[in-house]
Amino acid sequence: MTGRGRKALVSAIALFAAAAAWFSSLPSWARGRRARADASSAPAGPLPPPASPGLPSAEEISRRHFLTGLSIGLGAVGTAIVSVPIVGFIVGPLLRSQPDVWRPVGPLGQFKVGDTVKVTFQDPSPLPWAGVTADSAAWLRRVSESEFRAFSIHCTHLGCPIRWLASAHLFMCPCHGGVFYEDGRPAAGPPPVPLAELMVRVRDGQVEVRTRGVAITGGVLNPPPEKNAP
Amino acid sequence: MKVLRGAWHWLDERGGFAKAFGPVIRHRVPPESAQGRSAWLYVWGVATLAAFLLQVVTGVILATAYVPSTAHAYDSLQFITQDATLGTMLRGMHYFGASAMVVLLAIHMVRVFLTGSYKVPRELNWLSGVVLLALTFGMAFTGQLLRWDSDAVGSVFVAAEQAGRLPLIGSAVAHFILAGQNVGAATLSRFFALHVFILPGLIFLVIGFHLYLVLHNGVSELPASGRRVDRRAYRTWYHSLLDRSGKAYFPNAAWREFLVAATIVAIVAALALTLGPKELTGPPDPTNTQASPRPDWYLLWIFALLAVIPTALEDYVIVLGPLVVAILLIALPFVAGGGERALRRRPWAPAFVAASAVVVGALLYTGVREPWAPRFGTQPLSAAVVGTSSGQVYDGSQAFYALGCQYCHTVKGQGGIRGPDLTNVVNRLTEADIRAYILRGRPEMPAYQTIISASQLDAILRFLEATAGKTGAEAH
Repeated sequence: MTGRGRKALVSAIALFAAAAAWFSSLPSWARGRRARADASSAPAGPLPPPASPGLPSAEEISRRHFLTGLSIGLGAVGTAIVSVPIVGFIVGPLLRSQPDVWRPVGPLGQFKVGDTVKVTFQDPSPLPWAGVTADSAAWLRRVSESEFRAFSIHCTHLGCPIRWLASAHLFMCPCHGGVFYEDGRPAAGPPPVPLAELMVRVRDGQVEVRTRGVAITGGVLNPPPEKNAP
Repeated sequence: MKVLRGAWHWLDERGGFAKAFGPVIRHRVPPESAQGRSAWLYVWGVATLAAFLLQVVTGVILATAYVPSTAHAYDSLQFITQDATLGTMLRGMHYFGASAMVVLLAIHMVRVFLTGSYKVPRELNWLSGVVLLALTFGMAFTGQLLRWDSDAVGSVFVAAEQAGRLPLIGSAVAHFILAGQNVGAATLSRFFALHVFILPGLIFLVIGFHLYLVLHNGVSELPASGRRVDRRAYRTWYHSLLDRSGKAYFPNAAWREFLVAATIVAIVAALALTLGPKELTGPPDPTNTQASPRPDWYLLWIFALLAVIPTALEDYVIVLGPLVVAILLIALPFVAGGGERALRRRPWAPAFVAASAVVVGALLYTGVREPWAPRFGTQPLSAAVVGTSSGQVYDGSQAFYALGCQYCHTVKGQGGIRGPDLTNVVNRLTEADIRAYILRGRPEMPAYQTIISASQLDAILRFLEATAGKTGAEAH
């Protein structure tokens, strides 16, 4: 995320928190004011009989209302302040865009025309403690001398890892039995859309794959904004 | 003895324990919850609490050795399981303790539902219990992820894809679950914090509220046919019942709960020692395409549900299913808060429980059997089974395997069960039909038009004739 974006996020959260604090303190303040108004609008004639001992006077009530409102308001302010870093920290990864990068997956000569093989590569910006989870994979096929196609290894149904069955020219999912043709079209079972594809290019004799985040399929209630094809 | 008593007096005089807690543990409960066979109906809440406390202590000790990093979690679990002193037992108890908690919670909930104990004035008892149910399933799901094996990584993807079906916020929630665009270093830490701090903290809080409500509203008396819940007069009536015949909770009712709690701990320990913890399914390698992720049994029925419902309904089930269940559970004490509590006057209640049990049971059964899953482990039929080791029939048997047919179809007792058993298919369908099915496919079967060669197709047909006991001559 850019510096400006981060500043905007922080100020938006701060603004929201301040508004929330103000709202939560509002009713009690209003109550306090009303109580005071009642006290001042009392008839100016003979003084009301003194309150029986133990019962608070109007002034005391208004003071209590004020202090109640003050306490709630201060609690809200504290909550609002601490919620800025909490919410920002948790939501942050959503707003931080992770630019996709080209990753080499092997020399051109390694791939035979017609073969579909699994290639593994690193995520765009793995953290040092990611270990093996920093890796991603794709099914890469050399369609012709110059053409490659790469498919996501995740089933479009619920994301399980699909297997390539070379002798059957099919991708099969072990979870709910989804099947895809070699061009990624759904062939049988629950998968609703074709396999996601990754971009492939050849640079300096190296085959490179463009990383991409997990392709969330969505569904009828959350239609994907763009087609899966690159 | 004298010294101990003296020490207790010293402590109690300064701490005020007997004064503060004596009335609490000796609060009066209806006699049927403290004596006779009916008292055993009332032990399941404390039994669930015992399972939770077991999870807390075993979990805390596991956390002293577990490393919540995506790079090391799997190795640390292997260390706990294989090298650490009594590590297998501890992990096993945490695993079976989770199952115990889910099962006991279900029993407790069913009991409260069947005795109508959620009715006035105990609506909040029920609602806080519903929150505890949701939190428990949250613990069950996050817990299985902490094993951080290939199942766990697969489950994260499955959870993200399911969240992706939500309208509007789907993709954002999916990436929130992954903690980024992909499974990575941040994914596990979040689930660790959820499983170890956030959810247990909430559970402690809500259990405290739940227990407070049990004291405030009192343990519900057994229902009697014809005795309706009177919203206005119930409390007065209930307190006069306690004054007449109430028993002190401790020890009259409590001893049964201690017995059940101790039995549960013993059973969990025995299971841990005999069966051991759930085995790790392999390293958390997201590039492993040989993995077949499966959830633990208490979520398997949902996994099965997503396999058996029509695809067109799936998104609605994923999104609306939990919503409908939540609304039903929350609405229950408001919609049915008064009236009769006795089972005889609420025949729909046991019917509903039975129907739910049948549905969940059937889904669990089919989830274990998973007929929809291809059987990747199946092997090509041997020459002995085929009856020949060369020629068109044998080639057909090999093509039947190579083209993936056998992953879903059984022939002569071997193969998958997704599609029909094809041993005798030539007796059911004409050769032309079989050819058409193979070439054009079915909704549940790929079309092999562009995949199969003419000679392979012929060979498979001869093979299928042979498995049905027909020779080529008979078939034509």
